Amino acid sequence: MGQNGEMKQHDAIVIGGGLVGAAIAYGLAREGLDTALIDEGDVAFRASRGNFGLVWVQSKGVGAPHYQRWTRLSAAEWPKLAAELGQRTGVAVGLEQPGGVQLCLGDEEFAGRQAMMEQMRTEAGNFGFEYRMLSHDELAETLPGLGPEVTGGSWTPYDGHVNSLYLLHALHKGFVERGGTYLPNRTVDYAAAQPHDFRLGSGADEIAAPRIVLAAGLGNAALAPLFGLSAPVRPQRGQILVTERSERIWPIPLGSLRQTLEGSIMLGSSEEEVGFDTGQRPEVMQAIAARAVRTFPWLAELQIVRAWSALRVMPPDGKPIYDESEKFPGAFTANCHSGVTLAGAHANAFAPMVAAGALDPMMLPFSARRFDIPQAAE
Amino acid sequence: MSLFRKVSEPAAAKAGVIVTVEGRDVPVPEGASAAAAVLLAGSDAIRETGVSGAPRAPYCMMGVCFDCLAEIDGIPNRQSCMVTVAPGMVIRRQHGKRTVDTAVAAE
Repeated sequence: MGQNGEMKQHDAIVIGGGLVGAAIAYGLAREGLDTALIDEGDVAFRASRGNFGLVWVQSKGVGAPHYQRWTRLSAAEWPKLAAELGQRTGVAVGLEQPGGVQLCLGDEEFAGRQAMMEQMRTEAGNFGFEYRMLSHDELAETLPGLGPEVTGGSWTPYDGHVNSLYLLHALHKGFVERGGTYLPNRTVDYAAAQPHDFRLGSGADEIAAPRIVLAAGLGNAALAPLFGLSAPVRPQRGQILVTERSERIWPIPLGSLRQTLEGSIMLGSSEEEVGFDTGQRPEVMQAIAARAVRTFPWLAELQIVRAWSALRVMPPDGKPIYDESEKFPGAFTANCHSGVTLAGAHANAFAPMVAAGALDPMMLPFSARRFDIPQAAE
Repeated sequence: MSLFRKVSEPAAAKAGVIVTVEGRDVPVPEGASAAAAVLLAGSDAIRETGVSGAPRAPYCMMGVCFDCLAEIDGIPNRQSCMVTVAPGMVIRRQHGKRTVDTAVAAE
């Protein structure tokens, strides 16, 4: 029991105050649910504070049309979410969705990209997938100083970018403004699960709700089994370099390169399997900078003023995991490495499903049960 | 009028270095930073921010706050508190975001 011996009853509990948990908690509160949000705070690994800030559609869901559709749905919800957050919280998250281009160096990359984009279009079926492969010369018209090694790039109209720190701030502010109960700087000390009856002890508080959403990022791996769920996520490190602020050069985000509204140019991206190590490696930073300078030679003139690493929340196949517990109905998980891109879907689609008590059938392919297939004999 | 004053004259009055701050010659002690030269020149600001255009002067003097950004010897956005003065150095106001010459050729 809590200090005063009382269990505080809510309609829903969300564990995890990063972008995924905050977007879902915000959505639940907006649906009218009395929601409690448990947040470990900035001592957590918190990919939300280290990400690149893209709302990126064009490469998501190759071979997995359900993931492509989910990402597209989120991109379509984004303008509503950004406008609503601005209106209700006064925080401008700086959303721009002018479309985006992924640039290719050399003929092999271009051919590979073209094949991937065509596969995406085929898999989209009736849903459609608009893209164009643009040549070096076509791109050079809008991208000044494009390097000679750039053979071209893929364009889709769906991509964009946003200030992800303002987004996290706005979701938290919006959640509280909608009457949410924010419980910061704590973890789950113990949990008891029964169907539609979840009780948690956290610090001096004991809380209960008929619904619970696990959105604790890398922490979900340990939490999920307590609720009859599985979330086999691992950390995957990414590193980012940031330049001094300069006048606006690019009208659109370029995948691993983007210029913020404030003028900084962000350079990514990298993928390292190093466990929970949040350090940086010069070799990786050099590789990021070298590719950026091959793409735009003038970038070499800019000073790097900041660099950091963060840990992606990575499922085994790189695709999100959403689930509801069969053993304990009312318990849900949300796991992904695209907390910015998918914020629109989490706030405006996933949260309403949780509020209604069950995931839509469109979410079935995202279940962690896809990893349960027994090893097949060769 | 600058709000800043030297705490004391340097002992043995080291030979001064002459630098130019916004077109005005300023004698500064050897080993001082370009940001110190800005303060000694009595400038009330050495940059306008890239986002709001607000005027800013050197603040932390130890490389953290980026409020002392200035154009030094033609190079924009330099942290003037991290640059040691040299004879003839030209320190100019950083007007908002820097410009970029995108015509730089690939090496």
